[in-house]
Amino acid sequence: MSDVWLAWLVAWPVVMALPVALFGRWPNLREAISLATGVALLVGVATFIGPVAAGARPSFSVFSILPGLDLAFALEPFGLIFALIAAALWPLTTLYAAGYMRGNDEPHQTRFFVCFALAISAAIGMAFSANLLTLFVFYEMMTLTTYPLVTHHQDVESRDSGRVYIGILMVTSIGLFLPAIVITWLIAGNVDFTPGGVFADTGLGGLAAMGLYGAFIYGVGKAAVMPIHRWLPAAMVAPTPVSALLHAVAVVKAGAFTVLKITVYIFGIDFLQVTGASEPFVWLASFTLLAASIVAIYCDNLKKRLAYSTIGQLSYIVLGAAMASRLGAAAGGLHIVAHAFGKITLFFCAGAIYTAVHRKYVSQLNGLGRAMPLTFAAFTVAALSLIGLPPLAGAWSKWYLMSGALDVDMQIVLGVLAVSSLLNIVYLLDIPARAFFLPADDQAPRGFSEAPAACVIPLMITATGCVVLFFYARPILDFIAGSFGSTA
Amino acid sequence: MITAFFNQMPVLVVVVPLLAAPLCVLAHRAFAAWLLYVLASWSAFGMAFLLFVQAKIAGQVSYAVGDWAPPFGIELVIDTYSALVLLLVTGVAALTGIYARKSIASEITIEREYLVFALMLLCLAGLIGITVTGDAFNLFVFLEISSLSSYALIAMGPKRRALLSSFQYLIMGTVGGTFLLIGIGLIFMMTGTLNMADLAERLPGVYDTRTVQAGLAFVVVGLSLKAALMPAHIWLPNAYTYAPSTVSAFIAATATKVAVYALFRFVFTIFGVGYAFGSLPLGTLLLTLAAISMIAGSLASIFQTDVKRLLAWSSVAQMGYIVAGFALASTAGVSAGLVHLLNHGIIKGALFMAVGAMIWRVRASSINDLAGLGRAMPLTSAAFVVGGLSLIGVPATAGFISKWALLSALFEAGRYGVMAVLLVASLLSIIYVGRVIEALYFRPLPDDVSHHQHGEAPLGMQVATWALIAINIAIGVHATPELEATGRAAALLVGGGT
Repeated sequence: MSDVWLAWLVAWPVVMALPVALFGRWPNLREAISLATGVALLVGVATFIGPVAAGARPSFSVFSILPGLDLAFALEPFGLIFALIAAALWPLTTLYAAGYMRGNDEPHQTRFFVCFALAISAAIGMAFSANLLTLFVFYEMMTLTTYPLVTHHQDVESRDSGRVYIGILMVTSIGLFLPAIVITWLIAGNVDFTPGGVFADTGLGGLAAMGLYGAFIYGVGKAAVMPIHRWLPAAMVAPTPVSALLHAVAVVKAGAFTVLKITVYIFGIDFLQVTGASEPFVWLASFTLLAASIVAIYCDNLKKRLAYSTIGQLSYIVLGAAMASRLGAAAGGLHIVAHAFGKITLFFCAGAIYTAVHRKYVSQLNGLGRAMPLTFAAFTVAALSLIGLPPLAGAWSKWYLMSGALDVDMQIVLGVLAVSSLLNIVYLLDIPARAFFLPADDQAPRGFSEAPAACVIPLMITATGCVVLFFYARPILDFIAGSFGSTA
Repeated sequence: MITAFFNQMPVLVVVVPLLAAPLCVLAHRAFAAWLLYVLASWSAFGMAFLLFVQAKIAGQVSYAVGDWAPPFGIELVIDTYSALVLLLVTGVAALTGIYARKSIASEITIEREYLVFALMLLCLAGLIGITVTGDAFNLFVFLEISSLSSYALIAMGPKRRALLSSFQYLIMGTVGGTFLLIGIGLIFMMTGTLNMADLAERLPGVYDTRTVQAGLAFVVVGLSLKAALMPAHIWLPNAYTYAPSTVSAFIAATATKVAVYALFRFVFTIFGVGYAFGSLPLGTLLLTLAAISMIAGSLASIFQTDVKRLLAWSSVAQMGYIVAGFALASTAGVSAGLVHLLNHGIIKGALFMAVGAMIWRVRASSINDLAGLGRAMPLTSAAFVVGGLSLIGVPATAGFISKWALLSALFEAGRYGVMAVLLVASLLSIIYVGRVIEALYFRPLPDDVSHHQHGEAPLGMQVATWALIAINIAIGVHATPELEATGRAAALLVGGGT
């Protein structure tokens, strides 16, 4: 089934970036266009839910980049889920960004919204890509289009952070990801995402397979497995809406998505089970997960703490992939959804706090709960979701990750996940606890002083999403697992 | 009439620029000379394109100069390999024509402008001659024509250091030319012929003689000098830095590429793969030198303060990539080397043009002087960014296609070490490209400079730069035609896919 709409959906935000750029003088019109583009994109992506659920796999080949290798799109459930999250959270973030950027008098707002649109296009392109080369093209496009967002302020601090950001992401992708793709192409003769993987009859095994899997895991720097995680905290110099959408959802999830996609569709779960190529990465991911949580406890800067939390949460997904269990991989996919809603809420809250009272350190938040009850309530909900308490979305992904680990007899992973949940409690619940139960300092505002409505409404919506997803987790899991070739 | 034109095209493509050069001198006016240059270079480009098509259809176009039948007379031979390089050379020359007017006017006094165009035409004629000739001695002659004119061109640079750089290049280039001549002399002595095809037939009979071995050695060393392969690269950074911006762009995109073309024309077509890479260890030697070029060139590039010198050192590194591909002596390797030869010409041409536009504005070329130009010259800066990304090898640019082809060829040949070196060199390129980008976008425009009255670069400079950038991106997203052409050329050179 060939469907040119896939290509149009990828191109849509790029096309609409033009009017956004042209109408930079009229901020209201510009944001209206951004918002409308986002909603239209969401609707467009959503029209594919029905057919894909019914088993259709629309695909479209744009043109050949290299002989035998096309820039091509193919939609399968997991990619659709990722595209849906990106498309759903984009309009919300646009709304939020409008409030935040104006509330803080940020410069260069037009460039900001243009780059934002380009980055979303890259995310959709990755979600739809039919082969590794297409995915790589959009992966790099995302790195490049987010660089001006990260270095938005163009001062010395953002220049230095930008160096770390682009340095790590480029070095890993050109140095490891690209050669890994070339080698895959030469060994398997095929880099299409194929159910069951492409290495089945190639004789690849042992250390070579392990090395190649490692080149992919570390080549996808966006997945932030230690020791290549430093770009993530560095990227926190960006304005908060960027951190929210891109570094809680699009960029990092693009990394986790890529890892899962490669695990399932290039290596294949069965292949990994037989060769054990991915096993060392279970332990590396476990280490990252625990280490990042411990570092997060000691971060006083709120956004930095959230960044380390993201590093830890990403490793949940890498862990799910590396376990070489179908259920584990599907649970990783579910965690992409759950974490997206949780983390974007947390970042929205951080930005709202900054906009309302200009505070960015955890130690300054004492007693603010009374002034900003809605923000901190949403924060609490999202934090509990990430910790994994029912009735919130995060509970299910952790549950299924554990079941997946049991499927492949990795009981230690259960312990790791349990310890990490405890650590999550320490560093996340600390924040609302301070806000609600400790006395406020002298400068703290008395009475109700929330951020502008444009900031508060989106974070309420995403926090609600964390609750709603709890009840729809199973269909999403089944949807993803269906494409991974199993049902739980 | 039309048929007659088609039949004479192989020689016309050389003769037109060659005759236009003295006309420039006669015309003596800057504008007339420029017009002649544009007309000659564009018609050469048109003919190059037609020759490329002819070579594609017929496999090979052959032309006997003065109707003296080869191997006695001089033969011109155009196959896909030469046609591709010919396209690059004439294409860059034609775009340089559009670019040149304002840039040269800002760097050279008006009385001497016509000389620049005359010399560029001579240089172009020489480079075209090298690619189309099928005669070894004739190749040497054309090499000298292009070299002598480029010495003079570099000497016309706006700074006095240009004279010294030109002299340095003159010494090195003459040594290289002489080595080549000695090499050709040695094989002529053993075979009694200078025609390439004839040489290829007669050489196997005398393969085992010291004379032919020495001949190969002299040819390789001589042409490596012209191609600036380490350790014979010393002339290049100075020459590119101090030449007028237009000349830098033109020479950087073409001269060394044509030297590489000539080197492998000799090695593959005349001496033969089996001899050069089987009986003699040329492959290992060239790969080692290429690897050293990649790393050392990139490292040196990182520490430059002058942006033209930075690009020049990067060229040294990139020549390493190209030679590494050819040195594999496999179809995939030669194809990859040729792809990067073309792509790098396009990339580096665009980068030197963009930098030339910035220099036109700020009248200085250190990286510090480029501070804040991202805002003052958004289009030129954007062109530099795209070119720089292509140098790094970001997908959707020509550089990515080169990297892909080279990595595949190296992996196939089992040269994992060189593969790692190539990757490290690419990563180093992130640093030196990044340094310029940071200067452009992360530093404020200085307040006290006099160049504020200038805005963006003149239209001609923009058009030429962006034309090369557009080709760059077009190759990046749809490289299939290019790869098919280079694959054909490689199969021809290596002999049907070994």
